[in-house]
Amino acid sequence: MGFDRRDFFKTMCVAGITLAAGKSFGEATSGKEPVEFQGMLYDSTRCLGCRACERVCAKAHNLPEPQDELKAGVLRKTSETQRSVINNFITSKGEVFARKSCMHCNEPACTAACLTEAMYKTKEGPVIWRGEKCMGCRYCMVSCPFDVPKFEFHSNNPKIQKCDLCYDRIKEGKLPACAEACPGDALTFGTRRELIAEARKRIFENPKDYVNQIYGEEVAGGTGLLYLAPAPFSELGFNPKLQTSSYPALTKGFLYSVPSVDVLLPPLLLAIYEATKTNQKDEDNE
Amino acid sequence: MNNKPQPNYRDNEGTPYFSFFLSELKPKGKIFTLFNVISVPVILLGIALIILRFWKGLGAITNLSQDVPWGLWIGFDVVTGVAFAGGAYVLTFMVYILNMKKYKSIVRVTVLNGFLAYAFYTGALLLDLGRPWNVVNPIIGNNFGASSVLFLVAWHFLLYMLAELFEFSPAIAEWLGARKAARILSGLTVGAVILGITLSSLHQSGLGALYLMCKDKIHPLWYSEFLPILFLVSSVFAGLSMVIFEGSISQKVFNDQISAEHRKEHDNVVHGLSKVCALAMFAYLFLQFLVFIHGEHWELLNTGMGHWFLLEMLGFVLVPMILFFYSYRKYNLMAVRIAAILTMIGIILNRLNVTVIGFRWDAAVRYVPSWMEIVVTFAVIFTELWIFRWIVRRMPVLRNSPVWAQESGH
Repeated sequence: MGFDRRDFFKTMCVAGITLAAGKSFGEATSGKEPVEFQGMLYDSTRCLGCRACERVCAKAHNLPEPQDELKAGVLRKTSETQRSVINNFITSKGEVFARKSCMHCNEPACTAACLTEAMYKTKEGPVIWRGEKCMGCRYCMVSCPFDVPKFEFHSNNPKIQKCDLCYDRIKEGKLPACAEACPGDALTFGTRRELIAEARKRIFENPKDYVNQIYGEEVAGGTGLLYLAPAPFSELGFNPKLQTSSYPALTKGFLYSVPSVDVLLPPLLLAIYEATKTNQKDEDNE
Repeated sequence: MNNKPQPNYRDNEGTPYFSFFLSELKPKGKIFTLFNVISVPVILLGIALIILRFWKGLGAITNLSQDVPWGLWIGFDVVTGVAFAGGAYVLTFMVYILNMKKYKSIVRVTVLNGFLAYAFYTGALLLDLGRPWNVVNPIIGNNFGASSVLFLVAWHFLLYMLAELFEFSPAIAEWLGARKAARILSGLTVGAVILGITLSSLHQSGLGALYLMCKDKIHPLWYSEFLPILFLVSSVFAGLSMVIFEGSISQKVFNDQISAEHRKEHDNVVHGLSKVCALAMFAYLFLQFLVFIHGEHWELLNTGMGHWFLLEMLGFVLVPMILFFYSYRKYNLMAVRIAAILTMIGIILNRLNVTVIGFRWDAAVRYVPSWMEIVVTFAVIFTELWIFRWIVRRMPVLRNSPVWAQESGH
C-alpha cells in the first residue's frame, strides 16, 4: 500500500516536472515579441506655454476646460479635474515652461501599492486606472513619489484621475491627444529607447540650450515620461530628493519575508506548544 | 465586600437556544449611566455624519486632501487601534503556546477585545474607502494584487479575525449551553492560536511596511527601512498596556462578573505583564536607537520635529519603561498602571507621527482632522464599547466558564 502510494507520488512528480518544464520550453520557443515601453519626451525649450495640450487633455477625458491663468512663478497643480498642467517657472535661465502629468514609471509605486491591480502598468507602457477594480483606498496616492493620482473627494462615486497617456488612442495607433495637439513639437511620442536616443542627440547637438540631464532616465527606476530643460530640474518643480532606484523595491524585503514567516512560524509554534504540553503532563503525573 | 451584587447573569441551561438568545437581548444594568449619556449622542451624531459622507463624498466631512489622502481614520482608527489589539496574540502565545496558566483568566477578555477592535477599526476602514462596494475584489480575485503590502495586510487581517472568532467561540457556545459545539470549538483553539500569532506578526509589521514607499514623504526621524519590525515590537507592549489598562477598568465596572479568586490573581497577572512590557520596551528602544544612529540624523534633533521625536522616545517610551522596571522590582501596581497609560500615549504619538503628523511634515498646508472625523472616530469606539459591554454582561468572558465546560476541559 505504502509502496504504491510512493510510486504514485513519484509519477505525479515526474509528470509535474514535465508539465512545468514543457510549459517553460514552450514559452521560450514560441518567441513572444519583446514589447518596448512607450513614453513621451517633453522638451521644455520648444514649449510655447500655449496650453493647447491642457485643453485637448480635458476634452479627451471629459473634464472641464481649465479656466485659471498661467502666471510666471505661480505654481499650478494637477487635480481631480486636470490631469496635466503647464507651469511657468522663474529660473536661473529666465522663465521656463514645464509640464507636469503622470510619469508612467517603469516600476510604478502606485501599481505595486494597488491591492486589486486597478492601477495597472500596461505592457505598452502607460499606467492606467481601472474603475471596476478600484476600492478607493488611495494607497496609490500615498505611495506615488510624484503625487500623481488624484481622488474625487467630493463625489459619492469617486474616481482616481490621472494621465493614462491616452491609452485608448494609443491602442488604435493614434498619438496621445496632447502630443497630437502640440504646435511647438515639444511633445514627442515613441518608444522609451528611441526617445532617450533623441534626447541625447538634442543635448549633443545643442549643449548650450540644455542642462546635461534627461529627467526620467534614472529617477524612480526610470520613467516613461522624459524631460529636457534649459535649467536645473530642481528649479522646475521636480523633487530633487527622489531616489534613482525603483520605489516598489523598498517593499521587497518585507514581501519576501511574508511567505517565509507564514510557513516557518506555525511549525515552530506547534513545536513549542508540544514541548510545553509534555512538561505539563509530567507534572500532573507526579 | 458584604454588599457585593449577586451574579444575576447566568449561562443557558436547557432553554432552547433561540428563546434564550431573545431573552438575553433585553438590556441589563442601569440605563442612565455617565457612559451612556455621553456615548449615545456621539453615536447618533456619528451615524448622521456617516450618512453625509456616503451621500456627498469623503470631502464633505473630512479634511483629507490630494497631498494627504490618509488621515485620522487610517492613522488612528486602523494603525493605532490594531497596535492596541496586539495583546491578544501576545497573551494567547503566553497561555496556549508557552503554557503559562497564570494568565489564563484574562485570555478571553483580551481575545474579545482584540476581535472587536479588528471588527470595528477595520470596519471603520469601509468608511474611508471611496468605492467600498469593490472591497471584496482582492478576496475574490478581481484582481489579486499580490505585490501590494496592503493586499497582504488585508488578507492577514481577514484571516486573523476568523482565527480570533474561533479562539473566542467556546465562550459563545458555553453561554448558549451548546455542550457539543463547545467541545468541538475548544479543540480548535490551539490551531487558531498558532495561525493567529503568525498572522498577527505579519500584519502588525505589515502596517509599518505600508509606509515603506513613502520614503520622501515621512519625516526622516520616523521613516526607516525598519518600520515593519519597529511596529511589530511596539505592538507587544502596546497590546499589553491596553490589557493592563482595560483590566483595571473591568475590575471595577464588571465587578459582579469576577470571582474573588480571579480578583486576587489579577494583581499578580498585571505584575507579570509589566515585566514583559519592560523588556519589550527595552528591545524597542534599543532598536530605535540603532535605527537613529544609522540614519545619521543628529542635526535634525535640534529642530521642532526633533524635539517632538525626543519627547516621544524619552517621555513616552523611556519613562514608562523605567516605571515598568521599577514596579516589577518593587511590586508597585500603581506605577504599572501609570506606566501603561504613558505607554499608550506613546503608541498613539508614534503611530500618528508616522501616519499623520510626520507625513508631509514639510507641506505648505498641514492636515488637521476635522471635528467630524473626530466625532466619527469616537462613535466607532463607543459602539465597540457598547458591544463589548453587551457581550461581557452575558457570556462567560470575565467570569468562570460553567461547571460542565470546566470539567470537560480537563
